[in-house]
Amino acid sequence: MSVMDLVSYQDALASYDPVMGLEVHVELGTRTKMFCGCATTFGAPPNSQVCPTCLGMPGSLPVVNAVAVESAIRIGLALNCEIAERCRFARKNYFYPDMPKNYQISQYDEPIAFNGYLDVEVDGGTFRVEIERAHMEEDTGKSTHVGGATGRIHGAEHSLLDYNRAGIPLIEIVTKPIEGAGARAPEVARAYVAELRELIRALGVSEARMELGQMRCDANLSLRPLGTTRFGTRSETKNVNSLRSVERAVRFEIQRHATVLGEGGTIVQETRHFHEDDGTTTPGRVKEEAEDYRYFPEPDLVPVAPARAYVEELRGTLPEPPRERRQRLQAEWGASDHEMRSAHNAGAVELIVATVEAGARPDAARKWWMGELARRANEDGVELSELAITPVQVARVATLVAEGSLNDKLARQVIEGVLAGEGDPDTVVEARGLKVVSDEGALGAAVDEAIAANPGVADKIRGGKVAAAGALVGAVMKATRGQADAARVKELILQRLGVSG
Amino acid sequence: MTDLTRLTAAQTAEAVASGESSAVEVAQAHLNRIDAVDEKVRAFLHVDREGALAAARSVDERRARGERLGPLAGVPLALKDIFTTKGVPTTVGSRILRGWVPPYDATVTRRLKEAGVVILGKTNMDEFAMGSSTENSAFGPTGNPWDLTRIPGGSGGGSSAALASYQAPLAIGTDTGGSIRQPAAVTGTVGVKPTYGGVSRYGMVAFSSSLDQGGPCARTVLDAALLHEVMAGHDPLDSTSIDAPVPPVVEAARRADVRGMRIGVVKEFVGQDYQAGVKERFTEAVELLRELGAEVLEISCPSFTYALPAYYLIAPSEASSNLARFDAMRYGLRVGDDGTHSAEEVTALTREAGFGPEVKRRIMLGTYALSSGYYDAYYGQAQKVRTVVTRDFAAAFEQVDVLVSPTTPTTAFPIGERVDDPMAMYLADLFTIPANLAGNAAMSVPCGLAREDGLPVGLQIIAPTMADDRLYRVGGAVEAAFTARWGHPLLEEAPAL
Ligand SMILES: [Zn+2]
Repeated sequence: MSVMDLVSYQDALASYDPVMGLEVHVELGTRTKMFCGCATTFGAPPNSQVCPTCLGMPGSLPVVNAVAVESAIRIGLALNCEIAERCRFARKNYFYPDMPKNYQISQYDEPIAFNGYLDVEVDGGTFRVEIERAHMEEDTGKSTHVGGATGRIHGAEHSLLDYNRAGIPLIEIVTKPIEGAGARAPEVARAYVAELRELIRALGVSEARMELGQMRCDANLSLRPLGTTRFGTRSETKNVNSLRSVERAVRFEIQRHATVLGEGGTIVQETRHFHEDDGTTTPGRVKEEAEDYRYFPEPDLVPVAPARAYVEELRGTLPEPPRERRQRLQAEWGASDHEMRSAHNAGAVELIVATVEAGARPDAARKWWMGELARRANEDGVELSELAITPVQVARVATLVAEGSLNDKLARQVIEGVLAGEGDPDTVVEARGLKVVSDEGALGAAVDEAIAANPGVADKIRGGKVAAAGALVGAVMKATRGQADAARVKELILQRLGVSG
Repeated sequence: MTDLTRLTAAQTAEAVASGESSAVEVAQAHLNRIDAVDEKVRAFLHVDREGALAAARSVDERRARGERLGPLAGVPLALKDIFTTKGVPTTVGSRILRGWVPPYDATVTRRLKEAGVVILGKTNMDEFAMGSSTENSAFGPTGNPWDLTRIPGGSGGGSSAALASYQAPLAIGTDTGGSIRQPAAVTGTVGVKPTYGGVSRYGMVAFSSSLDQGGPCARTVLDAALLHEVMAGHDPLDSTSIDAPVPPVVEAARRADVRGMRIGVVKEFVGQDYQAGVKERFTEAVELLRELGAEVLEISCPSFTYALPAYYLIAPSEASSNLARFDAMRYGLRVGDDGTHSAEEVTALTREAGFGPEVKRRIMLGTYALSSGYYDAYYGQAQKVRTVVTRDFAAAFEQVDVLVSPTTPTTAFPIGERVDDPMAMYLADLFTIPANLAGNAAMSVPCGLAREDGLPVGLQIIAPTMADDRLYRVGGAVEAAFTARWGHPLLEEAPAL
């Protein structure tokens, strides 16, 4: 089913009310795995970060990673959740070759965190997404299917198993049904995942890079006729792995559901795969019967019972909520909504903050990162943060400009030098000889020369046409190869010609 | 010259420490004994001659260097084939693990090695510890040294038979529903199930995680205590392991005094239809305890009658999940990997070929009991029984210091008698199961021979959790008094092999 065959988005929303449920898995950035001491370094050779426990060898036992529990509690608190006084792990039983024990240690009816919410910004307004629960579990290994056409298990000749990922701590965050978003549903989904990602990063518990699978989203969607309250049958679109895809997948499913329902058909409860290329979803495994995971409390682990004092101590370590922080910064910087959004979208907010912290004025910090540096990053096709210049260096450039040691043109050359690896701003200034000519004697001589060489212009200025001074300033700047402070030059010219500016 | 295989572990350790015997001599004597009798007994699945002699040599070298040796250094031991041993095969009595050589040592294995205990080899057992006769081993049954046509108990029949046939003075078993105590009872040896969490389960292949507990097996109460002290203690690799000092079991075994103790006889276990000779010996043991100065009370634990059915829901449920890992992907048997079968099919074919009938029966039972729609009625209900059993124990231990009962309803039954009748087989664990459900410490100590068949009978002693030392006080007293009455240890009445 291509997008062309579907009823339009507007028509879909004219008849139906979308209800979403978002399940986000976050891989924690702990040094070791959830239940053993194996390293979690990304990209290590296959099966080099394994031990009896994460390989599910007979006799091995899990031991809970305390840092992972701490991260889970902090995520729960940041999502305004209640934290369980006592909760157990549970075994989720199902057979799959990349699951070493053929059960996943997860949490079932006793999650570590529950009943929270996250406010997200949509269209300048705030939308509250309610959180059902956040629970801890372990990741599976990775299967690579060889010989098949699509990389899927179907048609493959054989499969390779890498258990490095098996046992990496995951936090699964599940929303309550998201109702009332209406036509904004795809946007809400995207904003929620974006806000969650920023929160996770601010907490420092994961880099949450979706392109690396450190954050994965499943989007559940159902439609109900406008004005009704009962939920329709839902589809579960698995592993939607970018913000843009989340938005597109929800949008597509809304149109697909509306088309099926509009033709009198029924929605099958199934998992679906999202395709980045054309923005469609296709059915995955059809669930003939509800999968029975035979959950039961994990007998190899004792309950997790975080003391209240400890939870409160962790609450004290929470960063300022990203949304509130953005609002505060915007006020402090005196930036417009548009400017703030641009900085946010360009990934410049943290860089600007660091630059201000290093001594630059906010407007200068914003100007450099969103101007010259954004242009360079764009040209080079890299993220701003990947440029070979630090906020401290940018701050130094801004300071030199503020002092009048550099003008903008020279400052751009300094930045170019830093990016080219020529060293710190001061080193580049020195090596390239980029200092503004501030030696009054040298500058005075250049001004006198310019006046002498342009008697006509000088007369006009004496006669009161101050605007004509521009030509003389240009001549001085040319003579000093741009290394003069233009404002000072103008001052000197007017002074010499007996005119007050 | 003394026969080194007849010494107790305590005597052996002393002989090695004093230089009277070398550890190598002791190990060699036991290896010779194994060569002489194990063809008949079939206690061992794997004998690690080189490993044993190397460990013994190392003890002798340490002694020669003047190092202080531990209380069991140089003493040989038979290890149940359920503990992983680095570089030495571990089968758990199952075809599905045939040929698997673990890359790591169980915590118990490591502690034994560190203590200078000489591991002779791995002993036979019911497959995955599921059984009460060792007949469920994929590698054939083990004979009871008292009568080779009879079962040596199970699941740890290999360990108890090794002790009773003087192939080792020490052995280690695991007890999920009685697998240490019942084999001890029917072979006239001593077996202890420590408090749950007292001995690390790391590297002990899981049958039922919330019930499994490793423990010491020996020919004397003191030997069991010495081994208990070496193997027990907190292990950070096992989250359910108790972080508290090991109860003073050796001191208690030496004290062996019951004067002033209050001992409870469980009313619900009296009058069950068990063998007359068992009842007679048990009554005699209770009488003996009274003579030794204990106060004997009758105690009611009404929930104990539900313990057996609850156990047969909980243990299979956990087993169905624990045994899911045997899927042919990473280790052990692999069947059907010829390019014509999918991974899923290979897993199914391997499990079909690799598991025996009793294991399959319990996997199916457990899978069913955990299924949605049945969970509350089966697994959930069984957990409630467990809570009530624990409460009954708690109430009982407010009135008495320990409880006693026969260890098993009958003496060793003939090999083959109950293989087709799982329910009859399950009844062998009737008296032992409550202690597993509640996590209590329990011991079986010999209390004589049944009049009608001349086979050993065991007295079960149950203590509160983390009061394992009480077992040794009572067991030690019973052992000393009976040995004095009989004029020799019970095992000396066993026929020569
Ligand atoms: Zn590991």
